[in-house]
Amino acid sequence: MATTAKFELKMGAATRAAFGKALVELGHENPNVVVCDADLSKSTNTAGFAKEFPDRFFSCGIAEANMVAIGAGLASHGKVAFVSSFSCFVMNKGFEQLRVTSAYAQVPLKVVGTHSGISIGEDGPSQMSIEDIALACSLPGFTVIDPADEFAMKSLVKSAAALSGSVFIRAGRANARIIYDAGQTFEIGKSIELIPGQDVTVIAHGLLVAEAIRASETLAAEGIGVRVIDMHTIKPLDEEAIARAARETGAIVVAEEHLVDGGLGVRVAQVVTRTKPCLMEYVGINETYAESGPPEAVLDKYGLIARDVIAACRKAVGRKRG
Amino acid sequence: MATVTQPQTAEQLAAVCKIIRRHIITMIGAAKSGHPGGSLSAVEILVSLYFGGHLRHDAKNPQWKDRDRFILSKGHACPVLYSVMAEAGYCPVDKLNTFRQMGSIYQGHPDRRFLPAVEASTGSLGEGISIALGMGLASRLDKSPSRSYVMVGDGEIQEGQIWEAAMFGAFHKLDNVCAIVDYNKIQLDGWVKDIMEVAPLAEKWRAFGWHVIELDGHDLTQVEAAFSEAAATKGKPTVLIANTIKGKGVSFMENNPRWHGVAPNADEVAAALKELA
Repeated sequence: MATTAKFELKMGAATRAAFGKALVELGHENPNVVVCDADLSKSTNTAGFAKEFPDRFFSCGIAEANMVAIGAGLASHGKVAFVSSFSCFVMNKGFEQLRVTSAYAQVPLKVVGTHSGISIGEDGPSQMSIEDIALACSLPGFTVIDPADEFAMKSLVKSAAALSGSVFIRAGRANARIIYDAGQTFEIGKSIELIPGQDVTVIAHGLLVAEAIRASETLAAEGIGVRVIDMHTIKPLDEEAIARAARETGAIVVAEEHLVDGGLGVRVAQVVTRTKPCLMEYVGINETYAESGPPEAVLDKYGLIARDVIAACRKAVGRKRG
Repeated sequence: MATVTQPQTAEQLAAVCKIIRRHIITMIGAAKSGHPGGSLSAVEILVSLYFGGHLRHDAKNPQWKDRDRFILSKGHACPVLYSVMAEAGYCPVDKLNTFRQMGSIYQGHPDRRFLPAVEASTGSLGEGISIALGMGLASRLDKSPSRSYVMVGDGEIQEGQIWEAAMFGAFHKLDNVCAIVDYNKIQLDGWVKDIMEVAPLAEKWRAFGWHVIELDGHDLTQVEAAFSEAAATKGKPTVLIANTIKGKGVSFMENNPRWHGVAPNADEVAAALKELA
């Protein structure tokens, strides 16, 4: 859906909070929904579900590997099983179990990793998840989703629960700027074009969608038309929208709060090289771990704000024009 | 309700064990690879479960919702599982010798994609008890009589996840779950005590809050009694510590670490089958 409406980008709730609310609604809608958490329910926001449905909430203690396989057991017995922790813990410590007990075994699990990216801030790199997209995308059959705001999260969590396969949903700790209104519809695997443009396309997910919008608005004043696409579903990819962007704008910038290696950028490049090769630039974390600090300062230092998207767009357009 | 396999006499069960052992030797010999030692040590336990009336199951209705589940967490011992499932009617006996071949339902480790009646795809050690406990939670929520059984190897319990699961099972009082440790004292590289000692087993499991039953895992009467005691135990999960002999039933394989993961050649197959005649 293309829109020319100006984005206010008012600060909204964190996507983890929206996840927690969606989970409670799901609990009311479907008695088969169960939730496992590894001693972080107050942070992941599964605590709301635990309070409302204590019989369907299972405390696993600080044992993510066990939690993932417990979830697989629940799912193979017919439950819609959510397992949730900080993204770095459930994906890294639970990865082997995600691979064998869910992906390989074709047991549908709903995995929600909160506190993703580096915007967790003060807690520092041991708690930051900058490789979760790469890991989740390497699991055959997994759907991988990173919602940009609370409305996207609420809708996509519901869709994920209804999906027959396994899903990884990425959520953030920091408050997220509001992109959508409550009436927006989301379809897994279908990206959303937020701003039209013909000179360069920014494809972003999660927190970087708002930064891409800001970049587009700044560059519009300079006469550079930046198309902005929210690629909320990283797998399966909306290949049609990517190929169209490559064809129509001739340059693509991928912006994400993740390592450049193994992130959305690499996946977009695969589509571009197979369909319509074009120039690409990447805004992401380059071969490093971040550090403690206020989220805004960390995002600034590690190059994940509108300024960095703007620079990448200028570079891409410059390269395109030769 | 679907019909369940009826218990057989002790003599009949012993005869089934011999048939299963012959299948194990034959199929691993045909595949020229596989894990005979830990398959042979688990025979009485699996035969007792599938044919002794403990596992409520129905081969004609493998998706029966209230069936009991069995998970072979030590997935490398799948020849015993495949043989028992085949004799129970889940899958063809005459295809057992396609074990480990391309496209065979009898994959190198249990694979639900090829044999959906297998309750969990295993092979990466340490994961089966967790899966069984998750199934136990679901069963309790559904007020289903379904119980979950899971067999682990003694080397396998060196995996940390086993003890995460042990804590979980006791904490959540999952008395509808029964784990079995196939305590044959040998793992790939040698004797368990020389690789990474796991003893004292009973004390460990008791300390983790499980009801512990120690038994001779080749004595069908003791195995039967242990499963009955497990089913009657309330408020906590049960673990059977089944003292077994790796390679049981084939003299030259017994208590020899070499037979963890090596296939017998044609002469060895013939010699083993002669002993199992």
